[in-house]
Amino acid sequence: MGEQISMTVKGNMATALGAKLCRPNVVPAYPITPSTLFPEKMSEFIADGELDASMINVESEHSAMSACIGASATGARVVTASASQGVALMHEMLFIAAGMRLPIVMAVGNRALSAPINIWCDHQDTIASRDSGCLQFYAENNQEGLDLMINAFRIGEDHRVLLPVMVGIDAFVLTHTMEAVKVPAQEDVDDFLPPYKPKYGILDHREPATFGSFAPPEYYQEFKYEQTKAMEKSSEVIDEVFADYAERFGREYCKVSTFQCEDADIILLTMGSMSGTAREAIRKMRGDGKKVGLAKLTVYRPFPEAELREILSKAKAVAVVERNISPGSTGAIYAELAGAFINQKKKPLLKNFITGLGGRDILVETFREIYEKTLEVVKAGEVKEPMEWVAMNEEVMR
Amino acid sequence: MTEKEELELFASGHRACAGCGEGTAVRQILKVAGPNTIATICTGCLEVVSTGYPETAWEIPLIHAAFENSAAVAAGVEVALKELGRKEGVNVIAFGGDGGTFDIGFQALSGMLERGHDITYICIDNEAYMNTGIQRCSSTPYGASTTTSPTGKYSIGESRPKKPIAAICAAHGIPYTATANIAYINDLKKKVKKALETEGPAFLHVFAPCPTGWRHGSDDTIEIARLAVETGVFVLYEIIDGDICNLNVTVKPKKRKPVEDYLKRQRRFGHLTKEDIAKIQQEVDEKCDRYGLPKRE
Amino acid sequence: MTVKITLGAINKEHGSSRKYKTGGWRTVCPVVDLEKCISCYRCYDYCPDAAIKKIENGIEYDLDYCKGCGICSKECPVKAIVMVKEEK
Repeated sequence: MGEQISMTVKGNMATALGAKLCRPNVVPAYPITPSTLFPEKMSEFIADGELDASMINVESEHSAMSACIGASATGARVVTASASQGVALMHEMLFIAAGMRLPIVMAVGNRALSAPINIWCDHQDTIASRDSGCLQFYAENNQEGLDLMINAFRIGEDHRVLLPVMVGIDAFVLTHTMEAVKVPAQEDVDDFLPPYKPKYGILDHREPATFGSFAPPEYYQEFKYEQTKAMEKSSEVIDEVFADYAERFGREYCKVSTFQCEDADIILLTMGSMSGTAREAIRKMRGDGKKVGLAKLTVYRPFPEAELREILSKAKAVAVVERNISPGSTGAIYAELAGAFINQKKKPLLKNFITGLGGRDILVETFREIYEKTLEVVKAGEVKEPMEWVAMNEEVMR
Repeated sequence: MTEKEELELFASGHRACAGCGEGTAVRQILKVAGPNTIATICTGCLEVVSTGYPETAWEIPLIHAAFENSAAVAAGVEVALKELGRKEGVNVIAFGGDGGTFDIGFQALSGMLERGHDITYICIDNEAYMNTGIQRCSSTPYGASTTTSPTGKYSIGESRPKKPIAAICAAHGIPYTATANIAYINDLKKKVKKALETEGPAFLHVFAPCPTGWRHGSDDTIEIARLAVETGVFVLYEIIDGDICNLNVTVKPKKRKPVEDYLKRQRRFGHLTKEDIAKIQQEVDEKCDRYGLPKRE
Repeated sequence: MTVKITLGAINKEHGSSRKYKTGGWRTVCPVVDLEKCISCYRCYDYCPDAAIKKIENGIEYDLDYCKGCGICSKECPVKAIVMVKEEK
């Protein structure tokens, strides 16, 4: 094994370094805050001869994903990056990339959606595309961003999967924040990730094939069934690949990772960079004798139902903390988690906390408040108000 | 006729309407392009009639993704081919209908042309959204009645002139731009050949009547296409390196027929009055003067 | 005809539309008089359905695919092709 070099980099650079190590052939991308540094860095790598690939500086995110589809169908390894309105603009093409079974990898700087326009962190952009058929990973820190990019290619390109993968890093909190990362050696990534081998045909005049057929009702549902099965299958592929990565590179990833959950009465379920703050809050609360633990979602698609049931069923209550909201319903994770428990005898009480929208800070104090509110639920033995907004700025409310 | 030209790369059995001008256009274009070609298409008639699973009319590699992005998908294909060392001797053609080119796909087209991809973009123009049932688009000519620009007590039908797409594309400074017409097969084929031989982006605007949408007999398709040129309604020309001021008219009718000969053959124009036709005639005359075409009969 | 689905609806059966015989759409049928035919192949060029084959001294129709649009008849410079009502 080659030495892993330590570097201090912004989150966008971390995902770019991860992408570079995977030797993509084509990088179609369009700049958008806060992920712009990704295409900038990829352009630099190519300009400096560090990466043998071509940028396509397209005129929109819609065209970015369209060019990704064309290039991937031609047999190239393809990577792009986007955020917020950009992810929303390419929404249509995400479904098409997945339906065509093209393992495109995209780094996302998770950012709020307009209106009002806001460039800061929440998870609404990728959550809004949760049904597109793309796998979705969320990083807690820059190291995770880098590592998850490398894992994303291997998982997406696995012939049992063949689906696009998104790797989310939180806007500014990660994208623009310098953190120390360990960068694997190129030869070790080459060993871990073989060149992309399409499973069933590419656009090649020597073997003509039609991509993007029109499927009538007698076929369409079966295509969607097969695609959904591939997403389900990706669950075990993720476990295999994460385990192999841990063995080779010494960093362990789980679909859901835990902290102090063994004896916890209350578990905080988090995703992305808030998980680090939650861990700090739990350390402090544990010092005060509170039995609280953390479950962190790294993989949101496929939704790790079984793992979540296993981990959370032992708790009395779970606080689902989310940086997204489906107006008229709840946070996306809460609704899906409730679904995961609906047919179970043993289930914790579930309470949803919406916070951290549009860059609202989620502090240790926020988690304390969430804990206290969840404790009330435990004491009452029932959930009267399933969803609450926390860390509201009362001064500006009317 | 070479052996390559005998190949039918757009196969029979496609579901285009009887007398569909697009069928003739694609068939002839692929005869010139040959089997070493990869094509992209837009959502629309061409996609619906040719790719219904489990069948396909295409003998060459084809990709359809969505309505508005034939040019962007083609850009991905072209760059990937170059990057993977497979571009040599391979044509990349992006097909679009008029809706997918003039309207919803215009941004992606402009981006592709501006970036200088080695792609021939071919718009097959039947002057409305035909696949969804004859709605107007920016290619629909003045006076045409469509389902969203119907003629009525207060409406002449389409109230705006046709967008000059070829000139707009040429204005990007691309090396080759041309207009063509399915009635003039040799002229069309020459232009396809030139476009494909051009290094960098080329744009071809191919006029192809639609019997269903224009409401003419299925056997009239070619005759009406020809009348569009003979009346000066649609002018056949080439523009090299975006030099719009020096366009080369490739087919000049000896004497121009009156536009009425063209309009009266199509029920989409059936409601036009003498005055309406005179107005259209005047505009066509002015345009033909600019192009240096002969005076009207 | 029903087939097993393929990955991502990628269809390698290029040209398989030929399995679908559009000749059934026809209400009128072209008949060529080879005595008159001058083998200019205009009909062949204009046919939207590739339903006309070149043969020595003329053409022949592939009635499996001819939709009976009548373009060939209309465009024939020597009026060698007539459209007759389809006998069903």
